[in-house]
Amino acid sequence: MSNSDFEPKIVGFLCNWCSYRGADMAGTARIKSAPNVRVVRVMCSGRVDPIFVLKAFKEGADGVLILGCHPGDCHYVEGNYKTARRVPLLKKMLEQLGIEEERVRLDWVSASEGDRFSSIVNEVTAKVKELGPFRVNERG
Amino acid sequence: MAKLKLALYWAASCGGCDIAVLDINEKILDVAELADIVLWPVALDFKYHHIEAMEDGSIDVCLFNGSVRNSEQEKIARLLRQKSKVMVAFGSCACFGGIPALGNFTNRAEIFERAYIEAPSNNNTDRSFPETSVKVEEGELELPEFYDTVLTLADVVDVEYFVPGCPPPVDLILKFVDLLATAQLPPPGAILASEKTLCDECERVKEEKKITKIYRPHQIIPEPEKCLLEQGIICLGPATRGGCGMRCIQANMPCRGCFGPPAGVYDQGAKMLSALASIFDIKEEAEIARMVDEVVDPAGTFYRFGMSSSMLKRKRM
Ligand code: SF4
Ligand code: SF4
Ligand code: FES
Repeated sequence: MSNSDFEPKIVGFLCNWCSYRGADMAGTARIKSAPNVRVVRVMCSGRVDPIFVLKAFKEGADGVLILGCHPGDCHYVEGNYKTARRVPLLKKMLEQLGIEEERVRLDWVSASEGDRFSSIVNEVTAKVKELGPFRVNERG
Repeated sequence: MAKLKLALYWAASCGGCDIAVLDINEKILDVAELADIVLWPVALDFKYHHIEAMEDGSIDVCLFNGSVRNSEQEKIARLLRQKSKVMVAFGSCACFGGIPALGNFTNRAEIFERAYIEAPSNNNTDRSFPETSVKVEEGELELPEFYDTVLTLADVVDVEYFVPGCPPPVDLILKFVDLLATAQLPPPGAILASEKTLCDECERVKEEKKITKIYRPHQIIPEPEKCLLEQGIICLGPATRGGCGMRCIQANMPCRGCFGPPAGVYDQGAKMLSALASIFDIKEEAEIARMVDEVVDPAGTFYRFGMSSSMLKRKRM
């Protein structure tokens, strides 16, 4: 399969209070975005256990997008700071496991940023397309 | 009661698990009282064909140590499974992959390149590598196939019990022997250790303290009474099953995770990564980048004993 007709599957974890509403806003405002992100709503980006990310890849995702409230705006005060520490460490670990760190994107989207949501989705989709499909070898 | 038949086997292991069995000292006599050993490559001269000649299910218990990294080990695992009523994954390698499973960060080609070409003592100009079969004048020679991926015992056969530890501590071995002797073994599938995390069992003082810097064990002499993680030393206690008797903690060294993940945790590395990121008290991007730098080898540290049983099992090839 050439990368041009590869449509990546990207799992998106969106926090309920900001980013999910931002996505909703993008929808209501009819802003076009790539259809590749499958959204999972979580209460807070801090709820995104690294195991969710590993599991997404194991189950066949080509990329993972994690979106939360902007720093300082987390509904649970500290949740997104925890995420901000976890994800870079996770990316370093994923690189060691042969998973390009660009397959994981962490960003912040507020409830009013429909356009920002859509451009992040487009960027991450383009990036993962460029990287090509992901596969996990069970047994070599 | 008729004597039990017992087999002990080593696959990809360092031999430490076999030594741990000998470490039960005079209790080994109780084992000899209880069981006839039918295979124990480290100590006794039985051959595979002796096992092949036995009836299926005629070995009562097989203690299998080591992970499975080549076709011979897989073949013997299958043979012993067929001949044994109870198969025990004995030690961290058989249970989770153990230290040999750090090889899952690489693959056969890279390992061969390193071992047969790059390593300084080589003089292998014609680049010859081990082949599974080679024709020589006298006939055909065979070697087991070396796998890309190190596997756990349960990856290749059904396993009744898991005795973790690198190596399993003596009291755990004795507990197993006792349960066996009194026919009180738990239902199959059990891990013969604690249900709790090591932190739950640890008596060090925990103050819910946050940290701002990570120290590697050689960079600091830890205070003996305080939680190691709260002193900035990566201790795998939060992501590790208890039951070892806190061997490392008592020696003022951090836990490296040899008992595998606790009940309900599917991936030891992910769990430890979360735990570590949570106790860090930093928010700025540059500070976070410094923290990431200080965790020199996250995958090797968080999956030191658990690569084969981790969610992703190996590096993507
Ligand atoms: S992190 Fe280590 S030292 Fe701290 S409580 Fe847990 S096991 Fe004990
Ligand atoms: S403290 Fe950790 S590494 Fe040490 S023996 Fe116990 S479980 Fe294993
Ligand atoms: S609620 Fe949005 S990141 Fe915590």
